[in-house]
Amino acid sequence: MAYTEEELKKELETKEYEYGFYTDIESDTFPVGLNEEIVIAISKKKEEPEWMTQWRLEAFKAWKQMEEPEWANVKYKKPDFQAISYYSAPNSKPKYNSLDEVDPELLDTFKRLGISLDEQKKLAGVAVDIVMDSVSVATTFKKTLAEKGIIFCSISEAIKEHPELVKKYIGTVVPQKDNFYAALNSAVFSDGSFCYIPKGVRCPMELSTYFRINQAGTGQFERTLVIADEGSYVSYLEGCTAPSRDENQLHAAVVELIALDDAEIKYSTVQNWFPGDKEGKGGVFNFVTKRGICHKNSKISWTQVETGSAVTWKYPSCILKGDNSIGEFYSIAVTNNYQQADTGTKMIHLGKNTRSTIISKGISAGKSQNSYRGLVQVNSRAENARNFSQCDSLLMGNECGAHTFPYIEVKNKTAQIEHEATTSKIGEDQIFYCNQRGIDTEKAIALIVNGFSKEVLNKLPMEFAVEAQKLLEISLEGSVG
Amino acid sequence: MLKISNLHAGIEDNEILKGIDLEVKAGEVHAIMGPNGSGKSTLASVIAGKEEYEITAGSVVLEGEDLEDASPEERAHKGIFLSFQYPVEIPGVSVTNFMKTAINEGRKAKGLEDMPAKDMLKMIREKAELLEIDRKFLSRSLNEGFSGGEKKRNEIFQMAMLEPKLAILDETDSGLDIDALRIVANGVNKLKSKDNAVIVITHYQRLLDYIVPDFVHVLHQGKIVKSGTKELAHELEEKGYDWIKQETAV
Repeated sequence: MAYTEEELKKELETKEYEYGFYTDIESDTFPVGLNEEIVIAISKKKEEPEWMTQWRLEAFKAWKQMEEPEWANVKYKKPDFQAISYYSAPNSKPKYNSLDEVDPELLDTFKRLGISLDEQKKLAGVAVDIVMDSVSVATTFKKTLAEKGIIFCSISEAIKEHPELVKKYIGTVVPQKDNFYAALNSAVFSDGSFCYIPKGVRCPMELSTYFRINQAGTGQFERTLVIADEGSYVSYLEGCTAPSRDENQLHAAVVELIALDDAEIKYSTVQNWFPGDKEGKGGVFNFVTKRGICHKNSKISWTQVETGSAVTWKYPSCILKGDNSIGEFYSIAVTNNYQQADTGTKMIHLGKNTRSTIISKGISAGKSQNSYRGLVQVNSRAENARNFSQCDSLLMGNECGAHTFPYIEVKNKTAQIEHEATTSKIGEDQIFYCNQRGIDTEKAIALIVNGFSKEVLNKLPMEFAVEAQKLLEISLEGSVG
Repeated sequence: MLKISNLHAGIEDNEILKGIDLEVKAGEVHAIMGPNGSGKSTLASVIAGKEEYEITAGSVVLEGEDLEDASPEERAHKGIFLSFQYPVEIPGVSVTNFMKTAINEGRKAKGLEDMPAKDMLKMIREKAELLEIDRKFLSRSLNEGFSGGEKKRNEIFQMAMLEPKLAILDETDSGLDIDALRIVANGVNKLKSKDNAVIVITHYQRLLDYIVPDFVHVLHQGKIVKSGTKELAHELEEKGYDWIKQETAV
């Protein structure tokens, strides 16, 4: 054979991480370590009001008393929290009115990421609030949004411009003391996005944020707050890539969604943090707390495509507080080489006639471990709650693992809970079948994986679905054998 | 078109094909018959380039080019098509999407652009009609939940779409009722031309009433022990394979 499977594998393994590059932009970085002074300094640096500083300090006090959780099905060397710098911002400060004013090097980075703002602007009316190492450097489409009364800005800006909204909602879904990483985030969050959709407004475009870690050795602590007021609708997209790096990078974000009566929030994520090299060296630790609360007749839908990170710990959840509210979770989690993912969701049914749907697709390749962990909880007053869960696992090769940990707690006898699970393997027969039709092995795997993930990919907004399909292909390269 | 010389091949030290000689010219239909375990499907897999089979001696040459170093997909790009005895399921991938991918990968290998969607749709419509395939069928997941007959019809549909030079039909008649057999055979006959060739692998003479072969070969214990015209197939049907076994034992 001209091209044996072994050769193919080797060639693919030598491919560098596509987005593994580092942008040399002058940065303003804090000394390493964490204490009260650092927390206060972050708050001061961001010109925050006193209440915010106090809020951070409360979180920090709580965090000091907490222990890093160990229950997840992942193994890793715990980060040294005193060896991290908690603040890093690109120096090119003033905000830009046009792209011409932006640092060319930064623009080049965007280009390499395939997200040139020019293109983005033209693309189906997507407004992009780009978080480059913590500080927003570009915000577009603000005017159009402002006409509808929609606020879409960085959280720092929101704290200054809309303190009443931030104060009212921050920490209401994910309290400061919720968990170890949420507490840490609450104390030191550097920036993130804020979005408010007024009553009865349907956001006319997909809101999109690209996150990116860029400064060597800085943790990234993003804070996102999305509020959909009564009867409003918003579709929010979050996507990220990160540069290649030897040491582990910690990412501990908090996302809070609030869907007031009759509102709908659709939150989609494509996550592609650096997963480490093929020996499992380096890579991002992604310990994220994402949670939404649904008031009466409202709906929150989480869709995620997780392909990156060395270690992922993430459970986008819905608290179905209001009667007739709906929670959805659609997930594709891909692990390759030495990646580990422990991801899933929690659906907490509190209101009457609440419904939830969970579709989880786990794909494991290489020596990776992929776990689904999901909780469906029906409280005593949640009459007629409904849940449907489906967890499918796809294995490639003989050295990876797929695990499912479903938790079901039902305290109301009118509840109806369904759980389905399957495990399958990509067979040599499937690959040969594709080969025989002229489709090479790499393309064949992409085809099979995309087929397996179709139900979730279909939930993504069009332009994101295309990107997600490409990501699936990239992250499974070299997994044949 | 295809020239197989003294082909020895097997799997993990177990030699299954023990010296096959076969020449197929453009425009010809060859039938390969033989009892279970005689090596018919192995021969099909070796021609298609399945990697678990090792060629220990001899050669497979397509249009003057030795295929030894060609991967299965390269062979497909050169015009070899195998209709599988047991087509595999690919959940979530529609027949249309699968065909679109296969055709465009083939075009890419030839340095051509993707086929325009309009042309693709037109082709799909024509070929589906040829095989009396319901359009709804084309949006279903590949082979998932297909009946035996649907799977085989889908194989021939793919053959029609890919327009191969050499098509190998491995037990395409198994699992087909008489109506499906007629439709499949009709499809194959319509696709036949002076520029392509077909190898039909079958147990039974039945299919050969519909797809009439120019030559019939009997495979037994990894060798072609008898070759002839379509009369040979009738003779086999009458006398059974024991006749061949006895004859070769002598």
